[in-house]
Amino acid sequence: MSKHFGDFKAVDRITFDVNEGEIFGFLGANGAGKTTAMRILCGLSFPTSGQAKVAGYDVYRQQEKIKKHIGYMSQKFSLYDNLTILENIEFYGGIYGISRGEIRQRGDALVKTLGLDKEAKKLVGSLPLGWKQKLAFSVAIFHRPRIVFLDEPTGGVDPITRRQFWDMIYQAANEGITVFVTTHYMDEAEYCNRVTVMVDGRVEALDTPARLKRQFQSDSMDGVFYQLARKAKRTSD
Amino acid sequence: MKVLLFILQKEFRQIFRDRIILAMMTFVPIVQLSILPFAANFDIKNINLAYLDHDRSPYSEKLMHKIASSGYFELVGYPFSYREGLNQIERGEADLILEIPAGFERNLIREGKQKVNIAVDAINGTKSALGGGYLTSVLADFNANLVMNIQSPVGAAGTRVARIEIAGMSWFNPREEYKYYMVPGILVLLLTLIGGFMSALNIVREKEIGTIEQINVTPIKKWQFILGKLVPFWIVGIIVFTIGLTVQYLVYGIFPQGSLFTLYLFAGIYLIALLGFGLLISTVSNSQLQAMFVAFFFVMIFILMSGFFTSIDSMPGWARQMSYLTPVTHFIHVVRLIVLKGSGLEHVLKELGYLIVFAIVLNGLAIWNYRKTS
Repeated sequence: MSKHFGDFKAVDRITFDVNEGEIFGFLGANGAGKTTAMRILCGLSFPTSGQAKVAGYDVYRQQEKIKKHIGYMSQKFSLYDNLTILENIEFYGGIYGISRGEIRQRGDALVKTLGLDKEAKKLVGSLPLGWKQKLAFSVAIFHRPRIVFLDEPTGGVDPITRRQFWDMIYQAANEGITVFVTTHYMDEAEYCNRVTVMVDGRVEALDTPARLKRQFQSDSMDGVFYQLARKAKRTSD
Repeated sequence: MKVLLFILQKEFRQIFRDRIILAMMTFVPIVQLSILPFAANFDIKNINLAYLDHDRSPYSEKLMHKIASSGYFELVGYPFSYREGLNQIERGEADLILEIPAGFERNLIREGKQKVNIAVDAINGTKSALGGGYLTSVLADFNANLVMNIQSPVGAAGTRVARIEIAGMSWFNPREEYKYYMVPGILVLLLTLIGGFMSALNIVREKEIGTIEQINVTPIKKWQFILGKLVPFWIVGIIVFTIGLTVQYLVYGIFPQGSLFTLYLFAGIYLIALLGFGLLISTVSNSQLQAMFVAFFFVMIFILMSGFFTSIDSMPGWARQMSYLTPVTHFIHVVRLIVLKGSGLEHVLKELGYLIVFAIVLNGLAIWNYRKTS
């Protein structure tokens, strides 16, 4: 599929499949087209041409159906700062049609596993960033979607919290949720089952981290990424 | 339906957590209604008059006292020449010059008539036009008394002229007090400001903080989202309206002559139209600043063209057409009719129709223009 803004080919004829239940890493420099592609897959924007299906639904005609089966965590923090943790959970759970009783039950359990029971009635705006991000992820999968899209979920988060965050991602994958994640951190790329690298709107590589390292004769994903990203003609924004 | 309840719950929580909005809801109507009617008053008083008397006779002095005691004029100077009076106007000290020619008293008694000269500073249009008018009526009154004084003693029946006296009577506002006219209008403005701006800013705020994207990626229906935004502000608007009516009664003793039901029916529909307008703005703007400017632009036009300050009947044809295209016009008209005149629902059906059309069109556009997918 492709997405053009005027002459600018933000996404240029990319093709890939994501297997059910895998953690799929979506890498690329700033401006490579990751977010644009992800927004199309989430039903937030129309592709210019090509075909794509998410959870079996068409991105042109069945966006509202797609939206029922996915979770999404955007680059921008997207919970309401002036609502408490439980109120945020209640609201997002409610829009997905979960009953009040179930929301309360699962909400309480969630707050406990996150270790936020003391903060449950505090406004989200007062939490530190790392906690916010963990909470946002939990809210994004609260309605048990089949796929969750994470757009740079660990940006600006300390290494320990990042580690915990990835534990949560693994936990979700174990429960059968397919994880589609973009990131700038190459150590995180190692955690993925498969990785694609986008350069100037195109998919330049797609394989498991181990095979990519072999293919590009590098001992880290960092090296793989440098070799690919160096070819970029677009200046990052 | 359940989804809508979750949305409403969230909106109410946010509104009631926002101290500024709460303050807007309660203090603004009280303060505006208590202060504005006194300031936005078309009753012209304190018109500064320069009295240029070339006659200096008992009669001209009598006239001067009559003018001074009318309550509208402030005698600010007694120039000796017209030029001097004109200087006073140029310096802004005087709004009017009344020039009494020499021989004023003599001519009045001998010939029964005398011309005087009124010069008006037309910079402040309303003040000068009304001032000139007041002065003319004071003169006419003086004149009538004079005719009596001069002619009665003669007593000759033949010289008596039958005169038709015109006695004015103002219906629905017998003392022609501006507050009766202004207070209901200000109430409408309040509703317009609060309804229009709060809703205009709301969706845009979600765009700015990024939560709208999270909403758009959920299976929420467009009408659920828009209705979820509309209902809370509608309720806030009705509360503001009620506070306004209470202030209007407690401070000014104005109680609607017509039925409260009709009044609230109109307020309800008007609010829906207005909130739709606000939501429409917020769907086209990308930042609160943009939304604010756009809302301000329209609200300004709405208010100036609504007949709140100036009579719609005296606008040129095209302006009158434009005026009918703003919901504010109809609502102000109706509120004045119901509050002051006691009109019933059957008298204002046309306006009801207008407002319903506005409500449907504006909200329809807002829903249509709100895109979950771009």
